[in-house]
Amino acid sequence: MEILWVLVIPLAGGLLLALYGHRRFAPELNSAMSLGTLIAAGVLTVRVITGGPFSFFEEQFFVDSFNVFLVALTAFVGFTTALFSRPYMRIEQHHGKLTANMLRLYHAMYQLFSFTMLLALLTNNLGILWVAMEAATLTTVLLVSLYRTPASLEAAWKYFILCGVGIAQALFGTILLYFAAEKVLGAGGNALLWTHLNAVKMQLEPTVLSLAFVFLLVGYGTKVGLAPLHNWLPDAHAEGPTPVSAVLSGLLLNVALYAVVRSKVLVDGALGSHFAGNLMMGFGLLSVVMAAFFLLRQKDIKRLFAYSSIEHMGLMTFAFGMGGAVATFAGMLHMTVHSLTKSAIFFAVGHATQKSGTQVMEHIRGLIKTNPTIGWGLTLGTLAILGMPPFGVFASEFLILTTAMHAYPWTTPFLLVALGVAFAAIFSRVQTMVFGASSGQRLPHPPALLPVFAHLGLVLMLGLYIPPYLSDWYRQAVALIG
Amino acid sequence: MTTPIIGQVINLLASLLLLIAFAMLSQRRILSLINLFALQGLVLSVSTAVVAYSSSQHHLYYSAALTLILKVLILPSILHRLIRKLNVKWDVETLLNIPITMLLGIVLVIFAFNLAAPISQMASTITKGTLGIAMASVLLSFLMMITRSKAVPQVIGFLAMENGLFFAATSATYGMPMVVELGIALDVLVGMFILGIFFFHIRETFDSLDLQHMEKLKED
Repeated sequence: MEILWVLVIPLAGGLLLALYGHRRFAPELNSAMSLGTLIAAGVLTVRVITGGPFSFFEEQFFVDSFNVFLVALTAFVGFTTALFSRPYMRIEQHHGKLTANMLRLYHAMYQLFSFTMLLALLTNNLGILWVAMEAATLTTVLLVSLYRTPASLEAAWKYFILCGVGIAQALFGTILLYFAAEKVLGAGGNALLWTHLNAVKMQLEPTVLSLAFVFLLVGYGTKVGLAPLHNWLPDAHAEGPTPVSAVLSGLLLNVALYAVVRSKVLVDGALGSHFAGNLMMGFGLLSVVMAAFFLLRQKDIKRLFAYSSIEHMGLMTFAFGMGGAVATFAGMLHMTVHSLTKSAIFFAVGHATQKSGTQVMEHIRGLIKTNPTIGWGLTLGTLAILGMPPFGVFASEFLILTTAMHAYPWTTPFLLVALGVAFAAIFSRVQTMVFGASSGQRLPHPPALLPVFAHLGLVLMLGLYIPPYLSDWYRQAVALIG
Repeated sequence: MTTPIIGQVINLLASLLLLIAFAMLSQRRILSLINLFALQGLVLSVSTAVVAYSSSQHHLYYSAALTLILKVLILPSILHRLIRKLNVKWDVETLLNIPITMLLGIVLVIFAFNLAAPISQMASTITKGTLGIAMASVLLSFLMMITRSKAVPQVIGFLAMENGLFFAATSATYGMPMVVELGIALDVLVGMFILGIFFFHIRETFDSLDLQHMEKLKED
């Protein structure tokens, strides 16, 4: 039942906001719907923690500790982003960038986007997972092009075509997976259910599965933003409204990575080798290194943090690729802290660009002077994302690095150099934006800074102390996918 | 009909699909491109129906009907209306000249057949020989998307790629489960509507549907 609520609330929210999304109270309605989703997700989480994994509706939906933590995270960041978007979108409207109709589109699509992501996480059917991922692309295409500027249309078109082509590869991978599954499980809808596949994964045909995984990794990897398929990501992040950048970076990339990891579990079982892990490590390492060097050349603040997302997604893919208890644990912790930190950074960046009226970093100056909370939010968020102790990112990066040193020593120099370059690139830029003389103007609506500090507080807590139920939860998930 | 004849019919339809894929690759006129796309849908639908008949997989009849409605009637008519409303120019420039594109296409077909050979051997379906053709048409549509610079032909390439994937699903496994197929059809339809809106935005902003105007977002 709880699963149904988690899905029905955002779907109903989407329909409701398609009707009323342009009204004065629409931002509050949007937040209320997201709060409803968060409460439903909380109830679901409690049930999984106390009662263990369960399936629903003839096994079409399935929750275990791996996806429930992502469901909770998605609902939480979905809610805080809705809170942030309340003043943000009002200011954008005040600046004359948005009409009432655009606002209606934005609110309706925001809820539908949450719905598609939660569906992708909760479904047990790998075919429906594909359908939901494609639907997530479709709902965000119009959000990226919301401002209708030439650059935003170009970014949206690139996003649609690249992700469309990518996700078509994933469909072919799913077809191949079904082809292998049908031999063991018989034809029909149940042959694509992950739980059924997981039970018989030893018997699946290895050659077909390895080919299927290549297609699935390339397909979903495009959405994760893995190099060299990452081209859409910086454009889509830079040109769309900032709340959309926050949910793209914080949530969508995670959900795509979730699809890859689910497939990896099956392929590992069928092959009994480290083939899938090696591929993921390769793509992950390439993304980390490439993103670090692209960071040096950025001029636009949102592009800068978009490349930082590519770097961190690469790091997670690398961690899941290494496999084993510690690396998988670190991968999941990194998923959590990255999505909290990165969305907090985008909240601060959003208000900072509104204050300065530009996204060009050279022209953003003196944030601490004009609005200390935005300035400190950005500074602390940047320190957190760069892996400074005591924030949670430090803990997960430390675990990933030490495991890599132990298991794959040759990767350590690449990772260390990349992290160092990223540190230099981001920190120097942020420092000049935060300190110095100011150039900003007053915002017509008070900015929403509670979400920024709520996220950073959680990341700080995860760096110092992981509550026992949370670590149990991670450990159960590690046992599932390790 | 006996099985060998049906097998022949299916192979014939599959080779027709490959032929249409090449025809699309070489076609310069946008209107003919849409008609070719509709024809591809029709062949796909007939071949699915034939497979359904020969293997007595009844759910494939639904897929065949779905293909007929979506890909032969709805999508081409949306495309026709779009180009009429947008007043798109008839000719399509390609980024590569057509003989070179065709040669590349032949290379892709050989590659696809090699890739599909080990999988076809494992398949138990009557259509297993056609998996190579399905992969080839996916790759050819992909090539078409790369070599066209206008928005509408790129989208037709995208839809043709989806046709190829659908054909791959029928030839390797007698189609995906029904829920999944309905979901995919819904995505394609919604995607088409969104693109329709999107085309108008693009043209309003750029006064053209030529994507060469959209190359501003580059790394310096």
